[in-house]
Amino acid sequence: MTANAVATPLIRPDDIERSPRMRTIRDTWLIFHRSLVLTIRQPVWIIFGIMYPVLYLVLFGPLLNGAISQAGAGVSAYNWFVPGLLVQIALFGTAFGGFGLIAELRYGVVERMRVTPMSRTAMLLGRSLRDVVILLTQALIMTVLAIPFGLHIDPAGIALTFAVLALVALVVAPLSYSAALILKSEDAFAPLVQGVVMPLLLLSGILLPMALAPDWLRFLSSINPLTHAVDAARALFNSDWASPEIGLGVAITGALAVAAVWIASRTFSRANA
Amino acid sequence: MTSPTPIRGTMIATTDLRRTFKTRGGPVEAVAGVDLRVEGGEIFGFLGPNGAGKTTTLRMLATLITPTAGEATVAGADLRRQPQLVRQRIGYVPQGGSTDPAETGRGELVLQGRLYGMNRGAAEARAAEILAVLDLEAAADRKTGTYSGGMRRRLDVGLGIVHRPQVLFLDEPTTGLDPQARARMWEEIQRLRDGGTTVFLTTHYLEEADALCDRLAIIDHGRIVAEGTSDQLKQKVAGDVVTIGVDGAAASVLSLVESLPFVREASHDADGGFVRLYVDRGETAVPHLLRSLDAAGLAPTSIALNKPSLDDVFLRQTGRSLREEAA
Repeated sequence: MTANAVATPLIRPDDIERSPRMRTIRDTWLIFHRSLVLTIRQPVWIIFGIMYPVLYLVLFGPLLNGAISQAGAGVSAYNWFVPGLLVQIALFGTAFGGFGLIAELRYGVVERMRVTPMSRTAMLLGRSLRDVVILLTQALIMTVLAIPFGLHIDPAGIALTFAVLALVALVVAPLSYSAALILKSEDAFAPLVQGVVMPLLLLSGILLPMALAPDWLRFLSSINPLTHAVDAARALFNSDWASPEIGLGVAITGALAVAAVWIASRTFSRANA
Repeated sequence: MTSPTPIRGTMIATTDLRRTFKTRGGPVEAVAGVDLRVEGGEIFGFLGPNGAGKTTTLRMLATLITPTAGEATVAGADLRRQPQLVRQRIGYVPQGGSTDPAETGRGELVLQGRLYGMNRGAAEARAAEILAVLDLEAAADRKTGTYSGGMRRRLDVGLGIVHRPQVLFLDEPTTGLDPQARARMWEEIQRLRDGGTTVFLTTHYLEEADALCDRLAIIDHGRIVAEGTSDQLKQKVAGDVVTIGVDGAAASVLSLVESLPFVREASHDADGGFVRLYVDRGETAVPHLLRSLDAAGLAPTSIALNKPSLDDVFLRQTGRSLREEAA
């Protein structure tokens, strides 16, 4: 018996000659499924990902009551704070996704896949969609944990907030993967991510209302795209359907997600990356 | 594509293949014009020291990096114009492993089959087949992180042959394996060849190139310095090799032996500890040598007569020993 009798074609022609689009969808599913299964085998990371937000909820949230009413946010402290924390999970959880890819590069898994005819875009999308699913799981846990603190919830508002979170993840995850693919080392990747993510977080008004900020800081905050995602998430979470922030936040985040997927997909397609 | 490519005939042909890398110190030509022909159904070895350009050449032929210049046909497909077709027809086993330690052997094989276009059923059947052939059935559902080095390497090879490629590229398939696992790997590679697969492997082990490869090319500094069967290459050295231990007197011994009419070529090693010379008939040359050395008052510390090895071929072509390079 031989391991490799060449005479028998195993791959039917119709398998290979699928349209590139069908091929991308199929391969995306395969990579999504694999990476999700491998992530779930180490559930500690899912918990680890929401550890900081939970600490903020428990140890920082109670301080907010005064500040929120002072800034005139119009909702209870937790209804103001929790949507922001959810966006924080979307930002942090996915920004560090590149670490996993660097490990896979080191294992040789990425190279092994690159010599197959699989879709390069699927290598990106499969992993990014895995991040979205993990994120939404974490967001659900976080939301439930906040209810005893006095969070009021509206199912429609939560569903739409989660859609915004998914969009944020689809901006951050592809960029994180591209950076990882280019830098190939944790030592270079970690400071880059920290250097980008921390200012974005501080300028987004997740922790305290930007209404408290001096003008220059408020201006910097207004040009931070994440601020608009946070504002949209807050409006949706609290069923403030008339808020103009919803349209603005969704449009900005959506456009950035398209751009990020496009850029990252080019990085994955480059032969020498 | 269904068009059957003949198994016999040329499987890899390259013309002036080149690859330049940009580095801080300026451009470095890792592969500086490689012309190769690999025939169907043979084990072709690429022998050279670390950094000679073996892996770079392999990665170009496997579509992982684009050549800076030159042309190549792999398994009947044009490397530059039909990379997707090349990918369908080749398998590639990278040097440093290719599996996720958290995934099982079976999981990796099934996914790999599916990435090559198989449906779930076909991929599962093929995975089971490969696990049986590579003797990995008992470990199939364990995480690859628990595998021994030899098992993991066999799984890497299994991942490379899931789709029954016409050409299989193996980058240093036995580096880091213990002698037993190495012998096992040689058997697997021979079995693949006997099944009709063309195997292109790189190695820096002389014994491996000698014993396993049907034909080989020696590469150094990005250029092929010799090509042929192991025997053909050794015949190029012509004659026998005499190595004389000289203990510091390298220069005087060298000038003495160079004056002897039956010595075709002589040199000493970098440390001046040995003089190496090529003679037509070693058995008659050695007594002459000893007498001449004695007459000149030079006392050799050792003298050895050998048939030429691949290292002698390398030494003759490059002036350096592959053994020293590998050490």
